[in-house]
Amino acid sequence: MAFLTLSNLSVCYGNVEVLHGINLSVEEGEIVTILGSNGAGKSTTLLTISGLLSPRSGNIFFNGKDLTAMPSHEIVGLGIAQSPEGRRVFSTLTVLNNLRLGAYSVTNRQKSQKTIEWIYELFPRLYERRNQLAGTLSGGEQQMLAIGRALMAEPRLLLLDEPSLGLAPLLVSSIFSTIRAVNKKGVTVLLVEQNANAALKLAKRGYVLETGRVVLEDTAERLLSNPSVREAYLGG
Amino acid sequence: MEQFLQQLLNGIAVGGIYALVALGYTMVYGVLKLINFAHGDLFTIGAYLGLTLLVSAGIAGALPLFAAILLVFIMVALFVALIGFLLERTAYRPLRSAGRLSAVVSALGASIFFQNAIMLIYEPRVYVFPDFLRPTFTISLFGFTFPGIRLFIVGVSILLMLLLWAFIQKTRVGTAIQAVAIDQDAARLVGINVNKIISLVFLIGPGLGGIAGLMVGLYYGQIDFTMGWGYGLKAFIAAILGGIGNIPGAMLGGFLLGIIEALAAGYISMAWKDAIAFFVLIVILIVRPTGILGERTAEKL
Repeated sequence: MAFLTLSNLSVCYGNVEVLHGINLSVEEGEIVTILGSNGAGKSTTLLTISGLLSPRSGNIFFNGKDLTAMPSHEIVGLGIAQSPEGRRVFSTLTVLNNLRLGAYSVTNRQKSQKTIEWIYELFPRLYERRNQLAGTLSGGEQQMLAIGRALMAEPRLLLLDEPSLGLAPLLVSSIFSTIRAVNKKGVTVLLVEQNANAALKLAKRGYVLETGRVVLEDTAERLLSNPSVREAYLGG
Repeated sequence: MEQFLQQLLNGIAVGGIYALVALGYTMVYGVLKLINFAHGDLFTIGAYLGLTLLVSAGIAGALPLFAAILLVFIMVALFVALIGFLLERTAYRPLRSAGRLSAVVSALGASIFFQNAIMLIYEPRVYVFPDFLRPTFTISLFGFTFPGIRLFIVGVSILLMLLLWAFIQKTRVGTAIQAVAIDQDAARLVGINVNKIISLVFLIGPGLGGIAGLMVGLYYGQIDFTMGWGYGLKAFIAAILGGIGNIPGAMLGGFLLGIIEALAAGYISMAWKDAIAFFVLIVILIVRPTGILGERTAEKL
C-alpha cells in the first residue's frame, strides 16, 4: 500500500455529496498535484485527509494507519500538516507565535527551535517580521507563514492548498522553489493548485478532479502534453 | 477628596468582581461564540459554597481567618470549575454541531436549573455571612483610612487577572486558547485538541466566577439564590463594553463599569446607578459597536 491512500472516498457537506468515491495515492518522497477547477473538490479532499471533514464512505490510510475516524490533532501527530486554502494564519498573534503553534504537536522543544531556524532560512522575510502580528503581513508573507507553520509540525506529508493564489509571479516561483527544497529534505508533498503549469513542472504525478471525481491521473509530463488538460487548465 | 477616593476604591473593588465574572463570559464567547447564560449562576454557587465551607463545614473555626479564607477560595475555585466543566460536557458539547441558537437555549435552561437547584438545596431566603468572617481591619494610605476588605478584593482580583494574563500570553497552552478563539479549524490543523482547550476555558472561567461570588458574599455580607442574575448581567455588560471575546477588554470593561457605577451612586444618585451604567453601555455601543478594545472586523483577504 502507498504512503497515502484514499480509497473510494465520498464526502458530503450536509446532504450534498461533493466527492464521489475518489481513489488517490501518494508514494513516500513524491510531489503529487491535484488539478481541477473551482468546486471540483480539491480543498475538500485535503480537508478530509486532515480530519476537518469526515467521509461518508471510503477510507484514508497513511503509512499503514487508518485515518478515517481519527481526530485532526492525532492526524497532525502522525505527521500530516496542512497549509490551508486562504492561509488561515492566526492574525492577532505574532509571526513567531504562529510558528510556535505550528509545533504544537511536537514535544521536542530543542528540535522545534532548529526547525524555526530552518524556516527563517527558507523565508528570511519571516525572520525580519517575527515580532509583527500575522494579520499585518502582506499576502505573500502570510503564505510563507502558513507554509512555515505547517513545516513546524515536522510533517512527513505536507498538504498545500493553493500556495500561489493571489501572489505576484516572482513570489510564486520563489514559493515553488521552496516547495522543491522542502521535498528534497524528504517531505512528501500533496499540492492543490490552480496554477497547473507550475504545479505540473514541480510534481512527479498529477490527478485531475472534475465535480468530485478523478477524471485523469498520469505522470506530470504526460499531463502537461495532454490536449484536454492543456485546453482546460493550461490556457490552450 | 476623601469621598472621591472612597468611592473610587469601592468602584475598583466592585469593578474587579465584574471583571472576574466578565472574563468567564468573554473567554467562552471567544472559543465557542456562545454566551454562557449559566455563568452568573456559577458565580452564585461560588458564594453559597464558600459560606457552607466556612461556616457549616467549620473551616473558619478550625483555622486562622486569613488561612481559612484562602483555603476556601481555592476549594470554591476548584469546585465551581468542575461544575463549569460538567456544564460544557452535558449542556453544550452535545449541541456543538447544532445551530448556535440551540446552545443559547440550552444555556438559559442550565441557568434556570442551577438557580432552582440552589434554591432547593438551600432555602429561598437571604443568607448572611456572619460578622466574624468579614475582615474589619482598616488600612491607612495617603492619610486616608480604607476598609481592608475593599483592598483585599482589589488585590485578589488584580492578582488573579495578572496570573490569567501571564498564562494566556506566555504559555504554550495559553497561546493555543488564543488560536482556538481566532480560528478553530486552523487550530485543529496545527494539532491543537480543540475540545481540550474548550474544556480548559470552562474550568478557568467558572473558577474565577466562583471566587468572585464568594468575594461578593464577604464584601456585602449577604447572598441570595438570584444574585447571579444581576451580577451576571453587569459582568456581561462589562464584557460587551470592553469588546466581547477580548480578555483585556473584559478586565477594562469590568473596572470601568464598577467605577462609573460607584461615582454615579456617590455623586448623582444611588437609585440611578444602574440606569447610568446601562446608559454608558448604550452610548459606547452607539459610538463603538465592537466595544472599547474589540477588533474591527476588517480582515485581509
